[in-house]
Amino acid sequence: MTVAPAPAPQPVLRLSGISKSFPGVRALSDVQLELFAGQVTALIGENGAGKSTIVKVLTGIYQPDAGVIEVDGKAVQFATADAAAKAGVTAIHQETVLFDELTVAENIFIGHAPRGRFGLIDWAEMEAQSRALLTRIGADLDPRLTLRELGIASKHLVAIARALSIDARVVIMDEPTAALSHKEIHELYELVERLKAEGKAILFISHKFDEVFRIADRYTVFRDGAFIGAGAMSDVTEGQLVQMMVGRSVDQIFPKRAHNIGAPVLTVSGYSHPTEFEDIGFTLHQGEILGFYGLVGAGRSEVMQSLFGITRPSKGACRIGDSVAVIRSTAEAIGQGIVYVPEDRGRQGAVKGLPIFQNVTLPSLGRISRGGFLRMAEEFALARDYTRRLDLRAASLDQDVGLLSGGNQQKVVIAKWLATKPRVIILDEPTKGIDIGSKAAVHEFMAELAGEGLAVIMVSSEIPEILGMSDRVIVMREGRIAAELTGSAMTPERLVRAAAGIAEAA
Amino acid sequence: MSDSTHHTARLIPDRLTSPLARALRSWEALLIVVAVAVFAINSFASPYFLNAWNLSDATFNFTEKAMIAFAMAMLIIAGEIDLSVASIIALASTAMGIAMTAGFDTPMLVAVGIGTGVLCGALNGFFVARLGLPSIVVTIGTMSLFRGISTIVLGDEAFTGYPKSFAWFGQGYVWWVFSFELVLFAVLAVGFYVLLHRTNFGRSVYAIGNNPTAALFSGIRVGRVRFILFLMTGLMSGIAAVCLTSRLGSTRPSIATGMELEVVTMVVLGGVNILGGSGTIPGVVLAAIIMGLVTFGFGLLNVPGIVMSIFLGLLLISVIAVPRLIRRWGK
Repeated sequence: MTVAPAPAPQPVLRLSGISKSFPGVRALSDVQLELFAGQVTALIGENGAGKSTIVKVLTGIYQPDAGVIEVDGKAVQFATADAAAKAGVTAIHQETVLFDELTVAENIFIGHAPRGRFGLIDWAEMEAQSRALLTRIGADLDPRLTLRELGIASKHLVAIARALSIDARVVIMDEPTAALSHKEIHELYELVERLKAEGKAILFISHKFDEVFRIADRYTVFRDGAFIGAGAMSDVTEGQLVQMMVGRSVDQIFPKRAHNIGAPVLTVSGYSHPTEFEDIGFTLHQGEILGFYGLVGAGRSEVMQSLFGITRPSKGACRIGDSVAVIRSTAEAIGQGIVYVPEDRGRQGAVKGLPIFQNVTLPSLGRISRGGFLRMAEEFALARDYTRRLDLRAASLDQDVGLLSGGNQQKVVIAKWLATKPRVIILDEPTKGIDIGSKAAVHEFMAELAGEGLAVIMVSSEIPEILGMSDRVIVMREGRIAAELTGSAMTPERLVRAAAGIAEAA
Repeated sequence: MSDSTHHTARLIPDRLTSPLARALRSWEALLIVVAVAVFAINSFASPYFLNAWNLSDATFNFTEKAMIAFAMAMLIIAGEIDLSVASIIALASTAMGIAMTAGFDTPMLVAVGIGTGVLCGALNGFFVARLGLPSIVVTIGTMSLFRGISTIVLGDEAFTGYPKSFAWFGQGYVWWVFSFELVLFAVLAVGFYVLLHRTNFGRSVYAIGNNPTAALFSGIRVGRVRFILFLMTGLMSGIAAVCLTSRLGSTRPSIATGMELEVVTMVVLGGVNILGGSGTIPGVVLAAIIMGLVTFGFGLLNVPGIVMSIFLGLLLISVIAVPRLIRRWGK
């Protein structure tokens, strides 16, 4: 055990012996967690380690099967989300849970708006208090704007202002930087420092190690729903944390593979869309991994979705093999052998309310049926094949996909597409929000697929991933192709310059 | 080192619970208990209940509604709804009345009735699946539209004097106590069971109801499936219109008023999630039988209709609330 720095103060919040099970899944078993005033505690663990579950226990959404929650040394129960909020625990989620149609001020004060005469809401007071809160966190936002008009970073600020408005003592930040730009991330760090100075206890959940070392004072590691270790950040190295997190050492080297690049599979020329992209052209070969790099909003996903038949290009042609392909719907794209693993897994990738086997076979229904009638035995056989190939972790194939961890949901989505025996697979940010272990597995798997002759397109915003995995990189900027880099030209510097539109250094 | 990402593939079992265990815990099991209870209470309460011909008569209380309820169940599972079904019956029945007045005989009348239903369904489907309008708004609109056209045509009058051969659909018997409607109900129940639970189409319906975006991203032709579902609801309303008109032997302005809510009640009582995504045909069949038995039992006891609707309302709420309360208190 490492000794906490300074004379160990009493934690604001202490969880001990917490267990929580769901049908077929033991999400948490006997875990502990301590949060201290004025300190940032990083919660580290792979997908499926139990991070989201502990957040839900902390915010009163789940009731633990066993264990004690103490606030200031007194045992409490968070029977409802409201009880947790009253005890001063508030969470800022990955996808902010706010109301798009309400104003900034209403979002901050919903549920506890200042009251005036006759118990009516005192709008002027609410606006004034909102302004004060926003100023306190250094956010330059008009409280009268509706949330719809704001970007994701500003929404985070509103969520934080809301946390302050209920005088939260414990602030949980669940991957707050996942959707933010570089500049916005730095502003968030400053804000976290400010919250620390105000004496808040902060639980910071993140996959990014640089971030954790930059901002956290303490760490707690979970693995497979169990508590592994905790201590001060100053006493631990990145390697040790990774070791604790995965229970094995993972080297960050990308899989080596034979480069057997074959004939062109997909040729796109002059693809244009009135608002999203213009004059996109490239050729994708058999056995190739083609990387698409760019800043958020560069139009990469939009190009991919038009290749997959979601949106239709206004101009341009697409050839698959030697023949011209007209793709007007996703069904036609799949028929042509083009499949797409979307970035937004929860909304576009997985059907969470359906069991695993039905998710896997969804685009392949024609193959597991005769004359439109399903063959259950064939359906299970297909699902079994591909889930095994991806090393899926689940209690049974009949389990709803929504009960799986993010990494395993991604495996189901990839399995679903491989089962269609595609020629081209497009992966849009395939490792976003996935822990190191699953990430390496996805990379390994992509290399394997390319090795088998599949043509792979990978859209990614992570430079090491793009450079480590791709044979060739296309950089997009503002809807156009800004550069195509191969071989020794594939350097981080050139990628960033092309994406940002900065001229090559002489 | 790199082998650290290669785990030995673990075998995942297909299912954890046996089909029997799941069946026992299902909504349908609860409905069977309710159905048996209603049957038993009716047998004690009235000496006339346990009689083959009386029971056969009782089936007319639910057969027409159930036909529509099967199609409605699929529509609701897919996350849509059709509130215009009763008005489709009115319009289809009116169309048959016009055709009858024009001198057409039974086969043509049936074709007109069913055809009108299909056209109405196509109109709903066009608005929802092609134009992307919300189905609840569209079908509240067409509910007024179809009923309005029917009322204008009929005024205070009624079409009567349907040909004798036409009466068979609503009054005829296939064998012994088994009426044409009852046999049709059974055939449709099996047909819809297979369609929803054993075909690609049925699977698409569940996928769309759970997550239409992911369904679209999985290559399912979401718009086409939705259109077909509205077409089917229209078709079933047309068939129900033929049966009902034949049984009543007339078309009056008040025909099938309020039936859309009874159909939706039947579907929800059958365990279909009103928000879409889940539900089964056996559940709807059981709900239909329960509603039919309750109506019939109350009829035998001379209970007024309004008490009947109060009871059905309570039954619906309690059947939905009780399992949820048990789960909450059980902890």
